[in-house]
Amino acid sequence: MKKLNKIESSAVPLPIENVDTDQIIPARFLKATDREGFGENLFRDWRFKADGTPLPDFVLNQETYSGEILLAGTNFGCGSSREHAAWALADYGFRVIVSSYFADIFRGNALNNGILPIQVEEEILQKLLAATSNNPQTSFRVNLEEQVLEAPELGIKVDFAIDDYKKMCLLNGYDDIDFLLSKKDEIQAFEKSRSH
Amino acid sequence: MSKTLFDKVWDAHVVDSVPNGPQILYIDKHLIHEVTSPQAFAELEQRGIPLYRPQQVVATADHNVPTLNQHLPIKDALSRKQVDLLSKNCENHGVTLYGLGHPYQGIVHVMAPELGITQPGMTMVCGDSHTSTHGAFGSIAFGIGTSQVAMVFASQCLLLNKPKKMRIKVDGDLNQGVTPKDVILYIIAQLGTNSGTGYFVEYAGSVFEQMSMEGRMTVCNMSIEMGARGGMIAPDQTTFDYVQGREFAPKGEEWEKKLAYWKSLPTEEGAEFDQEYSFDAADIEPMITYGTNPGMGIPLSGTIPDSGDQNFEKALNYMGFNPGQSLVDHPIDYVFIGSCTNSRIEDFRQAAAVVKGRQKSPAITAWIVPGSQQVAKQIKEEGLQDIFEAAGFAIRQSGCSACLGMNEDKIPSGAYCVSTSNRNFEGRQGQGARTLLASPLLAAQTAIEGKLTVINSLEPAL
Ligand code: SF4
Repeated sequence: MKKLNKIESSAVPLPIENVDTDQIIPARFLKATDREGFGENLFRDWRFKADGTPLPDFVLNQETYSGEILLAGTNFGCGSSREHAAWALADYGFRVIVSSYFADIFRGNALNNGILPIQVEEEILQKLLAATSNNPQTSFRVNLEEQVLEAPELGIKVDFAIDDYKKMCLLNGYDDIDFLLSKKDEIQAFEKSRSH
Repeated sequence: MSKTLFDKVWDAHVVDSVPNGPQILYIDKHLIHEVTSPQAFAELEQRGIPLYRPQQVVATADHNVPTLNQHLPIKDALSRKQVDLLSKNCENHGVTLYGLGHPYQGIVHVMAPELGITQPGMTMVCGDSHTSTHGAFGSIAFGIGTSQVAMVFASQCLLLNKPKKMRIKVDGDLNQGVTPKDVILYIIAQLGTNSGTGYFVEYAGSVFEQMSMEGRMTVCNMSIEMGARGGMIAPDQTTFDYVQGREFAPKGEEWEKKLAYWKSLPTEEGAEFDQEYSFDAADIEPMITYGTNPGMGIPLSGTIPDSGDQNFEKALNYMGFNPGQSLVDHPIDYVFIGSCTNSRIEDFRQAAAVVKGRQKSPAITAWIVPGSQQVAKQIKEEGLQDIFEAAGFAIRQSGCSACLGMNEDKIPSGAYCVSTSNRNFEGRQGQGARTLLASPLLAAQTAIEGKLTVINSLEPAL
């Protein structure tokens, strides 16, 4: 897994609420058997017409907006557990997603793929969305070590929460498999100890 | 301290805890399917790790399989490759596969319970968010991502923070024509699509106590649609009667031992929940959704609310509806009775009771997609297939089908589909498709009438 600590970037605003993973990557693209290339079809049906021509109103088709940070409406990533959604976001180049609420499974999938989900108050999110929509160059600083998200031009600096273990994984590029394998003896002992 | 059902099952599966971090939770059963497993198998192979407990993994092919001519090679090359890869992976790693053509094949959340794989007190996972279905048996069952599928392959464990606990009680008697699907659509409409995020839900109260296992599965299935990781119902005599005698259910002495344990699981008096809600069964009417998330539901006799919110308008635009509108008499193009929410035998019995002796409307394309080969067989044996066919319904073979539109069973752009599935997201059933979620009863009636109508004289005695 790719390490993550400091990110300095502009952001892409997506003020839509309840973005489900079917929108992030529609089911018809789940026939692939590897993890690569899903970025091409990220938000496919919001981004392109059925014939493949880009829909100019969608934010990813507007050149003024770019960056490694996605600002998204509340309850981001709800619905299907498909990790393909996290792969598509990562493949497209997003490293951080800021929202006021994340669906559980998506949050886990993001963390397992080197994407940092940052949860902020709804009020802060609305300020960030408005600022970025008005000025696409608005810059953001993320510092995972210190658990801080900052938008210097806006005078906004907020702390965010992350579990110590997951933070260590992201900072070092570790994943849970390494950790679980190191616990093999405990797992076997547990299996032996069970009465039902 | 008094414990909840959830606490008891969770605590019995904790291998170890990371200080200030997650717990290591042992997983009893791991269900896999063709769409979310290939990258996990690839990961094991790349890292040279063996699959730790293959006998605790069960595989089927459901999401990406055709529902016509399943005996022929799959036409779509990518789908064929994906399904073939599942067979190859299962063979290489010693995993039991109930693939296409096998009499046990079916939607993973239909076939596992009917085979007795799902049992009370277990921990179960699958790379699919509707794994919450299995909580109907009093097990902790939840959906996971593909990286987690690989973790369970490698260690039979997951690293998790223990979720919070919510209890939702519904007491009283259900009105005529109100099914388990209406109960859960009602709950989600009341609480909202993210009300359950971070929680495991226990459904309690007389309504669930009186419900069949099929109905309980429908309810637990949709827990994820309010954001909850899973839903559970305390195991009782209904549960034990359902499990007993099934293919993989414990037998003889083993059964007695398990039964004693299962009986100890229900939530104790005085146990605490982080959040509690209660509803009166009498308030629940047959439900329909009008928007693009499952929380956007109303009683069919009601009207679409007005919110003035941009996201709400976007959803209504997509659906072609207006605030204040009633959906009664709204013409419909497709009816889909299937999916892991409502494709069990009881669902088809209810639908058939409405359809019997009638003809579907010529305006409607109606699909019946059984959740498993066993359900398909039962539909035939009970004469339900004849009833549906005589009425002009098309009976397909088992799979996820139009629930997610991954195979060719798609709803055309702009068309309205009354569907017994669980998600009405934009494009879920096909690009531009407009989904209205409802019970099998209302879906069947819609197929006959060609439009949405209040559950009326067509209603059978439930
Ligand atoms: S029927 Fe639908 S919701 Fe259920 S497992 Fe299949 S795709 Fe998922």
